[in-house]
Amino acid sequence: MFAVEELSAAYGPVKALNGVTFTAARGQVTAVLGANGAGKTTLLRTVSGLVRSTAGTVKLNGKDITRTATEKLTSYGLSHVPEGRGVIAELTVTENLRLGGLHRATGSEPMPVGRVFELFPRLGERREATAHMLSGGERQMLVIGRALMARPSVLLLDEPSLGLAPRVVSQIFDLLRGLVQTEELTVVLVEQNARSALSIADHGVVLNLGKVVASAPAAELAADEQLRHAYLGF
Amino acid sequence: MQQFLDTTLGGLVLGAVYAAFALALCLIWRSTRIVNFAQAAMAMVTTYIALSLINADVPYWVAFVAALAAGFGLGALIERVIIRPVEGKAELNAVILTLGLFMVLHGLTAITFGVQHRGFPAPVSTNAIEVGDTSIGITPFGILSIVVVAVVMAGLVVLFRFTDLGLRMRASAFNGEVSRLLGVRVGRMLTLGWALAAAVGAVAGMLIAGGDLVNPSFMDPFVIYGFIAAVLGGLDSPLGSVIGGLILGLSLSYVTGYVGEHLAPLVALGILMVVLLVRPSGLFAAAAARRV
Repeated sequence: MFAVEELSAAYGPVKALNGVTFTAARGQVTAVLGANGAGKTTLLRTVSGLVRSTAGTVKLNGKDITRTATEKLTSYGLSHVPEGRGVIAELTVTENLRLGGLHRATGSEPMPVGRVFELFPRLGERREATAHMLSGGERQMLVIGRALMARPSVLLLDEPSLGLAPRVVSQIFDLLRGLVQTEELTVVLVEQNARSALSIADHGVVLNLGKVVASAPAAELAADEQLRHAYLGF
Repeated sequence: MQQFLDTTLGGLVLGAVYAAFALALCLIWRSTRIVNFAQAAMAMVTTYIALSLINADVPYWVAFVAALAAGFGLGALIERVIIRPVEGKAELNAVILTLGLFMVLHGLTAITFGVQHRGFPAPVSTNAIEVGDTSIGITPFGILSIVVVAVVMAGLVVLFRFTDLGLRMRASAFNGEVSRLLGVRVGRMLTLGWALAAAVGAVAGMLIAGGDLVNPSFMDPFVIYGFIAAVLGGLDSPLGSVIGGLILGLSLSYVTGYVGEHLAPLVALGILMVVLLVRPSGLFAAAAARRV
């Protein structure tokens, strides 16, 4: 289980996160939604130690990982896929995947690169291509596949739908839904595209100006017309 | 024909040494986006360390390895102590620091070892090889230089292409934040990058000094030539740096051989100007230019 309690962070005098609390249940997709600037990306970056928290705790399977160095998190089973499809553009598809498997969760079996190619056949076809040659959708598959190489128990995904065609988005979300079942993953999915995210999420958390304004099962959030209009834009 | 062969062989030896030096600059540029103007001075220091050992009757090759190790240590130390604190600030800060370091190392070496010229031995003959009656324009030490540089390059290729450590180092250089999220200890990789670069620079220093005279300024021309070679090939591309070094070495050798020695520095600067005007990212930087 992954739990965030009263987490706060600031950029200088600007409070970006203000006491955020939520839990992501094991084997479920928890969507973190909200408008641009609501603090979604900051939330993930604070969890990963890229932004320093000013208060609060982050717990992973009962262990406090609040101030853990970013580099150590994959060994604890937490993988963060950053916004903007963070492929390493100069490396090949295979090299990106190999890199993902170098620092995997402690005690886990190495994942063969071939397993990722089974999950994403398109990547297999392009295994020797340099990552900057890939399309947006292929890049998104690559970063998800690369994160899986570390055998995470918790996967943080930042805006995987950003800039992708709707057809590609639903393809990737379907794959994600499947992975949650086969790999026993706990997924925290940060999305601006609330409609798509809620369609695959079990639970939803809505952020506004760095605070949690709603936390409920995904179906409930999707049915709440007032909330949708106020914060989710659909 | 004879002269052409001589100047070509001479140019290859010179080019190999420029290539090693350019490669050292390239390694640091790739990982930390810093042009290390102290590279030549660092190589000078390690060469002096080797000279002291040789003068104390330590065998040449032991001193060679010691220079390499000293370069490795010096590079790591400089990255940790001098470069790390200004990381993430304006890039010019680090560049000015390396210029300052150049002067400090120069001064310290002059104080410690004196400024007079000293002979530096070579492990093999530095007289031109003779085939029949005619001597050809390459010496056993020249051949050794090419071999040593080739071995260093091959070692780096193996490291970067085929090992996990090399993959970590490349990833850290290309995208530090993503690498950290994947568990790579990026700081350590950058230190290692500087250490490796300085070790390669130390090799270049030993090859330049061999069979020649050294004083604290003997590496100074290489600040310029190494930089030109690296820019010519594309500072981002290790292969480009090597080819840039060979092109520069051959060009300067032809100019020296056919026109006159005094024109060489001018031609080097001319090459730099033309490259910067026509193809500022270097001859082999195509991949970098396409980066998204």
